[in-house]
Amino acid sequence: MDIKICPEPFDPWQGIQAHQSSAADMAGKFGATSIFIGTMRDFNEGDDVKGMTLEHYPGMTEKQLEKIVAEAMRQWPVIDALVMHRVGDILPNEPIVLVAVWTSHRGDAFDASRYIMEALKSRAPFWKKELLKSQSERWLVKNTDGYL
Amino acid sequence: MSIKVRYFASLKESIGRSEDNLEIAGLATVGDVWRYANPNKVLPDNILAAVNMDYVEWDAVVNDGDEVAFFPPVTGG
Repeated sequence: MDIKICPEPFDPWQGIQAHQSSAADMAGKFGATSIFIGTMRDFNEGDDVKGMTLEHYPGMTEKQLEKIVAEAMRQWPVIDALVMHRVGDILPNEPIVLVAVWTSHRGDAFDASRYIMEALKSRAPFWKKELLKSQSERWLVKNTDGYL
Repeated sequence: MSIKVRYFASLKESIGRSEDNLEIAGLATVGDVWRYANPNKVLPDNILAAVNMDYVEWDAVVNDGDEVAFFPPVTGG
């Protein structure tokens, strides 16, 4: 399990590659890798958005993400998982979150990554503040309902 | 007992500070901590609470040295 909070822009594809090549004991064991990447849009709720600031609670964010991934690993036979999440000032088209899950078979990879992503959306302490094209700022009030 | 209180996101902005250090005598719950720290402020809707970085209910009892945090619903991902 690897949890990374990223204060600078990150490349999720590089993150996956680096993780996979550093985990040599995984080679030959996994048959499925499920990857979810969340990227910042330039629109939300009918408004043009030109930037966003992501606040987090250092320490608690990592602790909650570790708990969520551990829950997924208890529920499904997950070989490994990687979560990366941006914080700080973000621009449209920059990745916000990566959830990658390695398993033997595809069903577990899909299910475990969906669980991690939905739990992250409702429990990991991150907060988004949008900067609109109109120059006004607004905090997002809540995430959309999950798909579990 | 000493309790560190932390606030995040829109709640931090509406309160106008990011933390408090409280000295509380006797038994106290998370709800008591909010009232001691913010005697004149009505608790906004849907505020979540954590003690030592784990989610708790408002009737959870706090102990000396605990870090209590209050924040709005999370919006990451």
